[in-house]
Amino acid sequence: MVVVSKNPVYSVLWLIFTFFCISGHYILLNAQFLFIVNIIVYAGAIMVLFLFVIMLMNLNKSSEPQKNRWLRMAGVLAAGCLLLVLVAALKNIDIKKQVAETNTGDIGLIQNLGKALFNEFVIPFEISSILFLSAMVGAVVVGKKE
Amino acid sequence: MPINYYIFLSIALFVIGMAGVLTRRNAIIIFMCIELMLNAVNLLMVAFSKMHHLAKATTDATAGTDGQLFVFFIMVVAAAEVSVGLAIIVMMYRNIHSVDVNFLNRLKH
Repeated sequence: MVVVSKNPVYSVLWLIFTFFCISGHYILLNAQFLFIVNIIVYAGAIMVLFLFVIMLMNLNKSSEPQKNRWLRMAGVLAAGCLLLVLVAALKNIDIKKQVAETNTGDIGLIQNLGKALFNEFVIPFEISSILFLSAMVGAVVVGKKE
Repeated sequence: MPINYYIFLSIALFVIGMAGVLTRRNAIIIFMCIELMLNAVNLLMVAFSKMHHLAKATTDATAGTDGQLFVFFIMVVAAAEVSVGLAIIVMMYRNIHSVDVNFLNRLKH
Protein backbone atom coordinates (compact mmCIF):
# COMPACT_ATOMS: atom_id res chain seq x y z
CA MET A 1 0.00 0.00 0.00
CA VAL A 2 2.90 2.35 0.71
CA VAL A 3 4.29 1.52 -2.69
CA VAL A 4 1.23 1.35 -4.90
CA SER A 5 -0.69 4.41 -3.68
CA LYS A 6 -0.83 7.15 -6.28
CA ASN A 7 -1.36 9.88 -3.73
CA PRO A 8 1.68 10.47 -1.47
CA VAL A 9 -0.53 11.43 1.49
CA TYR A 10 -2.22 8.01 1.42
CA SER A 11 1.23 6.51 1.17
CA VAL A 12 2.32 8.29 4.34
CA LEU A 13 -0.81 7.17 6.18
CA TRP A 14 -0.24 3.54 5.20
CA LEU A 15 3.34 3.84 6.34
CA ILE A 16 2.12 5.07 9.73
CA PHE A 17 -0.17 2.03 9.86
CA THR A 18 2.80 -0.23 9.10
CA PHE A 19 4.84 1.40 11.84
CA PHE A 20 2.06 0.80 14.34
CA CYS A 21 2.02 -2.87 13.33
CA ILE A 22 5.78 -3.08 13.85
CA SER A 23 5.33 -1.43 17.25
CA GLY A 24 2.81 -4.14 18.07
CA HIS A 25 5.49 -6.70 17.32
CA TYR A 26 7.86 -4.88 19.66
CA ILE A 27 5.39 -5.04 22.49
CA LEU A 28 4.79 -8.71 21.77
CA LEU A 29 8.53 -9.20 22.14
CA ASN A 30 8.35 -7.29 25.45
CA ALA A 31 10.63 -4.52 24.17
CA GLN A 32 8.67 -1.71 25.76
CA PHE A 33 11.30 0.99 25.42
CA LEU A 34 11.60 0.39 21.69
CA PHE A 35 7.81 0.36 21.43
CA ILE A 36 7.60 3.84 22.93
CA VAL A 37 10.53 5.14 20.90
CA ASN A 38 9.08 3.72 17.69
CA ILE A 39 5.69 5.31 18.31
CA ILE A 40 7.14 8.68 19.27
CA VAL A 41 10.00 8.98 16.81
CA TYR A 42 8.71 7.17 13.74
CA ALA A 43 4.94 7.37 13.82
CA GLY A 44 5.05 10.77 15.47
CA ALA A 45 7.97 12.90 14.43
CA ILE A 46 9.20 11.51 11.15
CA MET A 47 5.79 10.95 9.63
CA VAL A 48 4.60 14.42 10.63
CA LEU A 49 7.72 15.77 8.94
CA PHE A 50 6.87 13.84 5.78
CA LEU A 51 3.28 15.08 5.85
CA PHE A 52 4.40 18.67 6.31
CA VAL A 53 6.81 18.44 3.39
CA ILE A 54 4.16 16.89 1.15
CA MET A 55 1.63 19.56 2.06
CA LEU A 56 4.26 22.27 1.65
CA MET A 57 4.94 21.12 -1.88
CA ASN A 58 1.23 20.74 -2.67
CA LEU A 59 1.79 17.32 -4.11
CA ASN A 60 -1.52 15.79 -3.16
CA LYS A 61 -2.64 15.61 -6.73
CA SER A 62 -1.06 12.65 -8.42
CA SER A 63 1.43 14.41 -10.63
CA GLU A 64 3.64 11.44 -11.27
CA PRO A 65 4.04 10.84 -14.98
CA GLN A 66 3.77 7.34 -16.25
CA LYS A 67 7.22 5.99 -16.73
CA ASN A 68 8.43 3.21 -18.87
CA ARG A 69 6.52 0.04 -18.13
CA TRP A 70 9.55 -2.13 -18.81
CA LEU A 71 11.60 -0.31 -16.19
CA ARG A 72 8.81 -0.77 -13.65
CA MET A 73 8.55 -4.44 -14.48
CA ALA A 74 12.31 -4.80 -14.19
CA GLY A 75 12.19 -3.26 -10.72
CA VAL A 76 9.47 -5.63 -9.55
CA LEU A 77 11.35 -8.52 -11.10
CA ALA A 78 14.58 -7.60 -9.32
CA ALA A 79 12.80 -7.36 -5.98
CA GLY A 80 11.11 -10.69 -6.62
CA CYS A 81 14.46 -12.26 -7.41
CA LEU A 82 15.85 -10.95 -4.12
CA LEU A 83 12.85 -12.38 -2.28
CA LEU A 84 13.31 -15.72 -4.02
CA VAL A 85 17.01 -15.90 -3.23
CA LEU A 86 16.60 -14.94 0.43
CA VAL A 87 13.70 -17.31 1.04
CA ALA A 88 15.47 -20.16 -0.74
CA ALA A 89 18.64 -19.54 1.23
CA LEU A 90 16.89 -19.37 4.59
CA LYS A 91 14.19 -21.98 4.07
CA ASN A 92 16.10 -25.02 5.16
CA ILE A 93 18.27 -23.39 7.76
CA ASP A 94 18.40 -25.31 10.98
CA ILE A 95 17.15 -22.77 13.48
CA LYS A 96 13.66 -24.02 13.90
CA LYS A 97 14.27 -24.75 17.55
CA GLN A 98 15.49 -21.23 18.22
CA VAL A 99 12.61 -19.35 19.71
CA ALA A 100 12.31 -15.63 20.28
CA GLU A 101 10.74 -15.27 23.67
CA THR A 102 7.52 -13.33 23.83
CA ASN A 103 5.90 -11.68 26.82
CA THR A 104 8.76 -12.60 29.13
CA GLY A 105 12.29 -11.42 29.71
CA ASP A 106 13.10 -8.00 31.10
CA ILE A 107 15.92 -6.79 28.87
CA GLY A 108 13.52 -4.58 26.95
CA LEU A 109 12.44 -2.58 29.96
CA ILE A 110 13.56 1.00 30.33
CA GLN A 111 15.46 0.29 33.54
CA ASN A 112 17.82 -2.29 32.09
CA LEU A 113 18.27 -0.51 28.79
CA GLY A 114 18.99 2.75 30.56
CA LYS A 115 21.62 1.16 32.76
CA ALA A 116 23.38 -0.30 29.75
CA LEU A 117 22.96 2.91 27.75
CA PHE A 118 24.53 5.17 30.32
CA ASN A 119 27.28 2.83 31.45
CA GLU A 120 28.88 1.09 28.52
CA PHE A 121 27.24 2.95 25.64
CA VAL A 122 27.67 6.48 26.93
CA ILE A 123 30.29 7.47 24.33
CA PRO A 124 28.10 6.49 21.32
CA PHE A 125 25.21 8.27 23.03
CA GLU A 126 27.14 11.53 23.22
CA ILE A 127 28.40 11.09 19.66
CA SER A 128 24.83 10.64 18.49
CA SER A 129 23.92 13.92 20.15
CA ILE A 130 26.67 15.62 18.15
CA LEU A 131 25.31 13.90 15.06
CA PHE A 132 21.89 15.34 15.80
CA LEU A 133 23.32 18.81 16.20
CA SER A 134 25.20 18.59 12.91
CA ALA A 135 22.10 17.20 11.16
CA MET A 136 20.04 20.09 12.48
CA VAL A 137 22.58 22.66 11.33
CA GLY A 138 22.90 20.90 7.99
CA ALA A 139 19.15 20.84 7.44
CA VAL A 140 18.89 24.55 8.19
CA VAL A 141 21.82 25.40 5.91
CA VAL A 142 20.49 23.29 3.04
CA GLY A 143 16.93 24.46 3.47
CA LYS A 144 17.42 28.18 3.70
CA LYS A 145 17.10 30.38 0.67
CA GLU A 146 20.42 31.45 -0.72
CA MET B 1 7.42 -17.76 18.55
CA PRO B 2 9.97 -19.39 16.24
CA ILE B 3 12.59 -17.05 14.91
CA ASN B 4 12.09 -17.93 11.25
CA TYR B 5 8.65 -16.32 11.27
CA TYR B 6 10.35 -13.05 12.11
CA ILE B 7 13.01 -13.67 9.47
CA PHE B 8 10.43 -14.16 6.75
CA LEU B 9 8.35 -11.16 7.88
CA SER B 10 11.44 -8.99 7.76
CA ILE B 11 12.39 -10.31 4.34
CA ALA B 12 8.90 -9.50 3.08
CA LEU B 13 9.02 -5.94 4.45
CA PHE B 14 12.51 -5.40 3.07
CA VAL B 15 11.56 -6.65 -0.39
CA ILE B 16 8.44 -4.46 -0.44
CA GLY B 17 10.62 -1.46 0.40
CA MET B 18 13.13 -2.40 -2.25
CA ALA B 19 10.43 -2.80 -4.90
CA GLY B 20 9.19 0.65 -3.97
CA VAL B 21 12.66 2.15 -4.33
CA LEU B 22 13.12 0.52 -7.71
CA THR B 23 9.73 1.29 -9.21
CA ARG B 24 8.57 4.67 -7.93
CA ARG B 25 9.94 7.94 -9.25
CA ASN B 26 8.70 10.23 -6.51
CA ALA B 27 11.61 11.16 -4.25
CA ILE B 28 9.47 11.31 -1.10
CA ILE B 29 8.05 7.85 -1.68
CA ILE B 30 11.53 6.49 -2.33
CA PHE B 31 12.53 7.99 1.00
CA MET B 32 9.59 6.37 2.77
CA CYS B 33 10.51 3.01 1.27
CA ILE B 34 13.99 3.42 2.71
CA GLU B 35 12.37 3.98 6.12
CA LEU B 36 10.38 0.78 5.60
CA MET B 37 13.58 -1.17 4.91
CA LEU B 38 15.21 0.28 8.03
CA ASN B 39 12.23 -0.81 10.09
CA ALA B 40 12.38 -4.33 8.71
CA VAL B 41 15.98 -4.58 9.84
CA ASN B 42 15.09 -3.15 13.25
CA LEU B 43 12.34 -5.69 13.76
CA LEU B 44 14.65 -8.56 12.89
CA MET B 45 17.30 -7.20 15.23
CA VAL B 46 14.90 -7.04 18.16
CA ALA B 47 13.76 -10.60 17.45
CA PHE B 48 17.36 -11.81 17.36
CA SER B 49 18.16 -10.02 20.61
CA LYS B 50 15.28 -11.76 22.34
CA MET B 51 16.41 -15.07 20.88
CA HIS B 52 19.92 -14.46 22.14
CA HIS B 53 18.57 -13.52 25.54
CA LEU B 54 16.66 -16.74 25.79
CA ALA B 55 19.67 -18.78 24.70
CA LYS B 56 22.06 -17.13 27.16
CA ALA B 57 19.65 -16.37 29.99
CA THR B 58 21.20 -18.83 32.43
CA THR B 59 24.75 -17.51 32.19
CA ASP B 60 24.26 -13.83 31.44
CA ALA B 61 21.17 -12.02 32.61
CA THR B 62 21.72 -8.99 30.38
CA ALA B 63 22.40 -10.82 27.13
CA GLY B 64 20.63 -9.17 24.26
CA THR B 65 20.68 -5.65 25.66
CA ASP B 66 23.24 -4.64 23.07
CA GLY B 67 20.93 -5.53 20.20
CA GLN B 68 18.12 -3.37 21.50
CA LEU B 69 20.49 -0.46 22.06
CA PHE B 70 21.74 -0.85 18.50
CA VAL B 71 18.15 -0.60 17.33
CA PHE B 72 17.84 2.59 19.35
CA PHE B 73 20.92 4.04 17.68
CA ILE B 74 19.61 3.03 14.25
CA MET B 75 16.44 4.98 15.02
CA VAL B 76 18.52 8.00 16.08
CA VAL B 77 20.54 7.94 12.88
CA ALA B 78 17.37 7.46 10.81
CA ALA B 79 15.81 10.53 12.41
CA ALA B 80 18.88 12.65 11.59
CA GLU B 81 18.92 11.24 8.07
CA VAL B 82 15.26 12.11 7.52
CA SER B 83 15.77 15.71 8.58
CA VAL B 84 18.68 16.24 6.21
CA GLY B 85 17.07 14.28 3.37
CA LEU B 86 13.81 16.19 3.54
CA ALA B 87 15.75 19.46 3.51
CA ILE B 88 17.50 18.27 0.35
CA ILE B 89 14.15 17.31 -1.21
CA VAL B 90 12.71 20.72 -0.38
CA MET B 91 15.71 22.40 -1.98
CA MET B 92 15.39 20.19 -5.05
CA TYR B 93 11.70 21.05 -5.35
CA ARG B 94 12.55 24.71 -5.10
CA ASN B 95 15.09 24.43 -7.89
CA ILE B 96 13.37 22.21 -10.44
CA HIS B 97 9.73 22.41 -9.24
CA SER B 98 9.31 18.66 -9.16
CA VAL B 99 10.24 15.74 -6.99
CA ASP B 100 10.67 13.37 -9.90
CA VAL B 101 14.07 11.76 -9.70
CA ASN B 102 14.15 11.34 -13.48
CA PHE B 103 14.97 15.02 -13.79
CA LEU B 104 18.07 14.54 -11.72
CA ASN B 105 20.19 13.10 -14.49
CA ARG B 106 22.32 16.16 -15.01
CA LEU B 107 25.28 14.37 -13.51
CA LYS B 108 25.28 12.26 -16.66
CA HIS B 109 26.17 15.08 -19.03
